[in-house]
Amino acid sequence: MSMVTAERRPQAAARQKLTVIDCDIHPGFSTPDEIYPFLPERWREHVKTFGGHYRQAFADTLSHPRMAPEVSRADSWPPKGPPGSDLAFMRAQHLDGNNVEYGMLMPLNRGPGNQRNLGYGAALATAVNDWQIAKWVTPEPRLNASIVVTQEDPQAAIAEIEARADDRRFAQIMLPPRSLEPLGRKRYWPIYEAAVAANRPLALHVGGINGYPATASGYPSYYIEEQHTNVQGMQALVTSLVLEGVFEQFQKLKVVLVEGGIAWMPALKWRLDKHYKRLKAEVPHLKRLPSEYIHDHIWLTTQPLDEPDVDSDLAEVFEQVGCDRIMFSTDYPHWDFDDPKFVLGKLALSQEKQQAIFSGNAKALYGLK
Amino acid sequence: MQNSIFGHPAIDCDVHIAVPSTAALMPYLDAYWFDAFRTRGIDRVSFNLTGDPPNTPLAARPDWRPKSGKPGTDLELLRSGALDGFGSSFAIANCLFGGMALHSDDLAAVFCKAVNDWVAEEWLDREPRLRASILVPQQAPELAVAEIERRAGDKRFVQVSLLAMGTELLGRRGYWPIYEAAVRHGLPIGVHAGGLYHHPTLNGWGSFFLEDYVANSFAFENQVVSLVSEGAFAKFPELKVVLIESGVTWMPAALWRFNKTWRGVRSEVPWVKRTPVEIVRQHIRLTTQPFDEPDGVPRLERFVEQMNSDKMLLFSTDFPHWHFDATDAFPLSPSSPLAAKILFENALETYPRLAESIAEKEPASKELSS
Repeated sequence: MSMVTAERRPQAAARQKLTVIDCDIHPGFSTPDEIYPFLPERWREHVKTFGGHYRQAFADTLSHPRMAPEVSRADSWPPKGPPGSDLAFMRAQHLDGNNVEYGMLMPLNRGPGNQRNLGYGAALATAVNDWQIAKWVTPEPRLNASIVVTQEDPQAAIAEIEARADDRRFAQIMLPPRSLEPLGRKRYWPIYEAAVAANRPLALHVGGINGYPATASGYPSYYIEEQHTNVQGMQALVTSLVLEGVFEQFQKLKVVLVEGGIAWMPALKWRLDKHYKRLKAEVPHLKRLPSEYIHDHIWLTTQPLDEPDVDSDLAEVFEQVGCDRIMFSTDYPHWDFDDPKFVLGKLALSQEKQQAIFSGNAKALYGLK
Repeated sequence: MQNSIFGHPAIDCDVHIAVPSTAALMPYLDAYWFDAFRTRGIDRVSFNLTGDPPNTPLAARPDWRPKSGKPGTDLELLRSGALDGFGSSFAIANCLFGGMALHSDDLAAVFCKAVNDWVAEEWLDREPRLRASILVPQQAPELAVAEIERRAGDKRFVQVSLLAMGTELLGRRGYWPIYEAAVRHGLPIGVHAGGLYHHPTLNGWGSFFLEDYVANSFAFENQVVSLVSEGAFAKFPELKVVLIESGVTWMPAALWRFNKTWRGVRSEVPWVKRTPVEIVRQHIRLTTQPFDEPDGVPRLERFVEQMNSDKMLLFSTDFPHWHFDATDAFPLSPSSPLAAKILFENALETYPRLAESIAEKEPASKELSS
């Protein structure tokens, strides 16, 4: 079956070469056992014998087959190994090719936060963190690591955050939004306390395997539907964080939503504000409108950039979300990569706001120079 | 047609009526179930849905709350608040009785049947402006079809009622017999907020009623994506689906995203031959209350522009729920050229049985307009 692309208006690439900070880059293992040297022997033997253990049917793949091998761009395969696994290739194709000033690593490898065996999950998180430094950040200082943690074992997560807190090569703390319970609930609050103490934002990249179907009406049949539920994952996450009072409790906490897109956010703000006013007696711990907490505490990354028929609709959304809260991302090397040369053409925003979205906001949030 | 308070005829496409107690349904049971309800004490159980507590401010506006009993149980209040209050020519009642959420398909079906018969006798017989939705056990499509067949002869039932959060996504083939029956009888599918009670979001169980209520718009979005992706509209070109109490304003952004994803992966669903937004424009309708918009910034006209359709919105009050005060039910200036369509004409296009009622009631009007 061949992939077909619908007729679309041609877009001109931007002429001017723009410097960008890419807030979503996926680093890969060259071979599945590349992580073994980073695991202590006890867990190395465990993974060789048992492998990962998940709240889903399959041991080695997600439940909705993707539409491309390794869910990646066909041109992103290096000479050897899977997409995203070869630094020299990533440099040439993406970091240099797209003038990436800094890149934020979002390692999804083996999903430490998804492991049912919490001990293995914690060991894997530590290993993935060491691997990011060894394979990526040390040879390529433009790349920033994320502190991967196991949210279902808050003590282990805190230990991992504290162990990395003094290492500025780790820009943020990463956990999956589809956790066992909505992330606003108090079982996760110790992690947020540690994040504030370590002065790092939380990066919540779409995904997670919590055993719940992706909708309130069960499992979708197709990838096209499952992909869309990334939006509902973010909506539910924002709703939970706000209504539980996380931002009232942790006034310095900053949250980055990665790969959820942005256009859903204005309507969610309106919905939360409207119904909060009617039911506020249920959440008296909130002192402000939900939309105010959202603006002060939540950043969004652009990819996959929503595509209205009318380009000015997108600019309207950017203004409603707040151009100071939007950060550019590509999702390299995945199939739905947003190319900065073309994304630029869609934004009918001032040069100043574009600069903020492409790099200024990320520099300010992460303290990059 | 008489004009509503907005200066055009109006059809209120969502008002709520409620069964006061399970005991009220006893006269509508057959001998077996009558005996079972008595001996098991089922007639003494409220079956109030946990997601819809009757005493919250959302459940009833203060002036639309009866002096005693549950919101939506007082016909006089429905008349004064909704029908006379806005001057609507018709109102479509939804009676979401909790018994439909039971795990026993048989018992759920018995409740749906009893509720439908109770609605016909206690409400439709007493108020000629009232219409109703056929409540069906959506977890058991075969029984749902039987209930549609049983009630469809009564033209005062103008749609089939399903819930936004069910046991499975509504596009899946198991539900297609329901759509086949609905199309055959000229009945749209009304998908109403609420659920049969699984986890309300993909993140599991939150803490608050407010959280669950907000999550309904996520569930509606999932259903739209499912209905389109599974090819339900390709299979049933006449099928109309009305999203009732969805919040509305989430939809344009949802379609931008859905269109984009479809462009990338449409080879997975080759029966989806047009952009999702084109399919949605043709087949999906939305009732207007609650209308999620920022304070003082009207969004309805932007919705119409962004969806590029003035046929999708259907006026509703969501009586007796408290989304607005006084008569501030219509999120648009009545002088707008869109007003007549949203208040009245779109409902007639969506609900063939309403159009038939008007044709029977006012046989002269056709001659006048020709």
